[in-house]
Amino acid sequence: MKLHKVTVAAATALVLSLTAVGCGTDDGNDASSGDEKITIGIKFDQPGLGLKTPDGKYTGFDVDVATYVAKELGHEPGDIVWKQAKSADRETLLQRGDVDFIAASYSITPEREQKVDFAGPYLLAHQDVLIRADDNSITKPEDLNNKKLCSVTGSTSAQNVKEEIAPEAQLQEYGGYSECLTGLENKVIDALTTDDSILAGYAAQPEFKGKFKLGGFKLSNENYGIGVAQGSDLKAQINTALEKMVEDGSWDAAVEKNFGPAGYKNEPAPKIGVIVD
Amino acid sequence: MFDFLKGYDLLAAFWVTVQLTFYSAVGSLIWGTVLAAMRVSPVPLMRAFGTAYVNVVRNIPLTVVIVFTSLGLFQTLGVTLGADDFTTINFRLAVLGLTAYTSSFVCEALRSGINTVPVGQTEAARAIGLNFPQVLRLIVLPQAFRSVVGPLASVLIALTKNTTVAAAIGVAEAAALMRVMIENEAQLILISAIFAFGFICLTLPSGLLLGWVSKKVSVRR
Amino acid sequence: MSSQSVLYDVPGPRARRRNALLTVVFLAALAAMVWWVVQSLADKNQLEWVKWQPFFTDSRSWSTYLLPGLENTLIAAALAMVIALPLGALFGIARLSDHWWMRGTAGLVVEFFRAIPVLILMLFANAAYSEFTDISPDSRPLYAVVTGLVLYNASVLAEIVRAGILSLPRGQTDAAKAIGMRKNQVMRHVLLPQSITSMLPAIVSQLVVIVKDTALGGALLGFSELLASVRPMSANYGANTIASFTVVAVVFVVLNFALTSFASWLEGRLRRGKRTTGAVVGADAVDQLATPGEHVGRDELDE
Repeated sequence: MKLHKVTVAAATALVLSLTAVGCGTDDGNDASSGDEKITIGIKFDQPGLGLKTPDGKYTGFDVDVATYVAKELGHEPGDIVWKQAKSADRETLLQRGDVDFIAASYSITPEREQKVDFAGPYLLAHQDVLIRADDNSITKPEDLNNKKLCSVTGSTSAQNVKEEIAPEAQLQEYGGYSECLTGLENKVIDALTTDDSILAGYAAQPEFKGKFKLGGFKLSNENYGIGVAQGSDLKAQINTALEKMVEDGSWDAAVEKNFGPAGYKNEPAPKIGVIVD
Repeated sequence: MFDFLKGYDLLAAFWVTVQLTFYSAVGSLIWGTVLAAMRVSPVPLMRAFGTAYVNVVRNIPLTVVIVFTSLGLFQTLGVTLGADDFTTINFRLAVLGLTAYTSSFVCEALRSGINTVPVGQTEAARAIGLNFPQVLRLIVLPQAFRSVVGPLASVLIALTKNTTVAAAIGVAEAAALMRVMIENEAQLILISAIFAFGFICLTLPSGLLLGWVSKKVSVRR
Repeated sequence: MSSQSVLYDVPGPRARRRNALLTVVFLAALAAMVWWVVQSLADKNQLEWVKWQPFFTDSRSWSTYLLPGLENTLIAAALAMVIALPLGALFGIARLSDHWWMRGTAGLVVEFFRAIPVLILMLFANAAYSEFTDISPDSRPLYAVVTGLVLYNASVLAEIVRAGILSLPRGQTDAAKAIGMRKNQVMRHVLLPQSITSMLPAIVSQLVVIVKDTALGGALLGFSELLASVRPMSANYGANTIASFTVVAVVFVVLNFALTSFASWLEGRLRRGKRTTGAVVGADAVDQLATPGEHVGRDELDE
């Protein structure tokens, strides 16, 4: 008897879960094979660039650029399927064709260009540090010596700071920027380093108003591009779209909308195909 | 085929894994024994604490436990464990987190080992006037340990594999290196296979060795 | 359990005083620790209402981040369990086979998958699925997570099944053979039905391991399970990492505590049941299952 009950329970669980998966698979097929839909990779956890908000929508500069580009490619905002593109996954997502293009604080580098193609650049950002607003001991990059730096696991830009600018600095690596910010708040970390566009987004959050400031060091040039699969004909179309976006003023509007509250001094719109070293 | 391995110090990474495993194993054995003693002690509050500890810690994903050691203990409570650079602090925090987590499993293994000691043994011990700590230390635990070498070997193997989670707070062990390599090289399958092999090299011998030990020391009843 | 009260005498007046003293000291130590933790958290502004408020007043933190994550966690765990169970039983029985090649192969497979971190198994599965199948990218992480969990947990379950079958009194096999049953009849009609009931608690508590291990899929595979929901969530609510991780930990504890409670309830029921031989692979035995070798279970099966 008991065995029978268990079997029934197990069978029910199996059927339920298969149904659930079935639904999931259907959604997936709609997303990738339908003519109207387009799948775009963005960050879900970077305020100001790409963020999944509590009401399930997506906001940020990358999101606005991607939406504009998608519209130029013939896809209404409602037809966009947003997919999380973590830093480590981006090349793989493109190579496997999981996404049509990626706009996720994706810097154009020679190593990456060997694996994927880039349209753009559409934004010139710089590596910078975020420090506590009342911390006056860090005014130039060399001040980072003997300070406690934080970044995310495997971040090469943070390694560079430690190796080239501030060899005496200590580097803490976490799974995400949020943990670094908690450390910065707790005064265990002195500086969080990554692209200023990302840092500005965090500094502008209502919870952090007045608590943190940007160092303004411009430690590197990060040319944000839109990643597409190698040899994809999307590259030319996206470049045209980006040019149009700058011309008709949408680019400035998007910058103002997303970075305005952060007081982030952005660089002017970059020329397509011109990479600032 | 293995050219891409140049520039990566695989042995150093696995050495960190071994160290993490070793210190955490020693720590878990001690703290797990204390917990087990608490769970069978005459003081109700200690029993309650032991039960609550095991039930809470065992049910939290290890990643959360490890992240808490860094965010909670280090950042908020200012626990540095006597170190002053991040590498050492993180390593010690990871050992602490792994110990806190693994000892709940050690405790449960030991408790079932205690249950296998025949009642007559403890009755005899009490009859000759031994008190609770003496009963536990001289009669029960030695026999309990011998009967749970096998289960503890499983815990050790799980611990070895669990050290991979320490990467979450920036400890440069094998899994952290694997992530870096996967990100930099387009060799996912090969890299995974190498690291899988590395872990088999660590876990299989210790499992076999302890399996043999457990047969040698098991109490025949 | 009975051995606990056997470990010490009924406390007399002096022992009672000593126990009371120990209780007070222990309580004081615990209280001091709690006070220290709360005080430090407050000092560092981690108890500010703004950090915790989203989980209590903003239902969207649940509907957008936590609940979808929980759903994925549950789906992956349920699927992994349902697939791993028969597979585990198969390998467990194969390890008890009379044919050396079957025993050997099953043993090799089980030991192999138990020796590798689940995370690596998942990564492997993910790469293999994208390389050799056309599973849609949206469900691929789920497939990979489930595959990794199945490979590992089927091996553990195989050991549970083996322990369960070995735990049955020899008389069962002898009696079955005496009435002329063949090997596979003995297994199908006598050993398996009895051992399955005796193993259920251990199997259910293996689910706890599966539930927790789904969290491994979040970090590297982009599987949006419960733990992975912390990242976009804390990015929205001002990096309230401590609050977010605490809430997720509580959800895991509640979920798993419900499962373990179910396991011990089931164990109690089965012990009273008539169809068992009284042998039960305890809920605890999962963590203690012996590794390579023949020492499975004898000790924990007597409890």
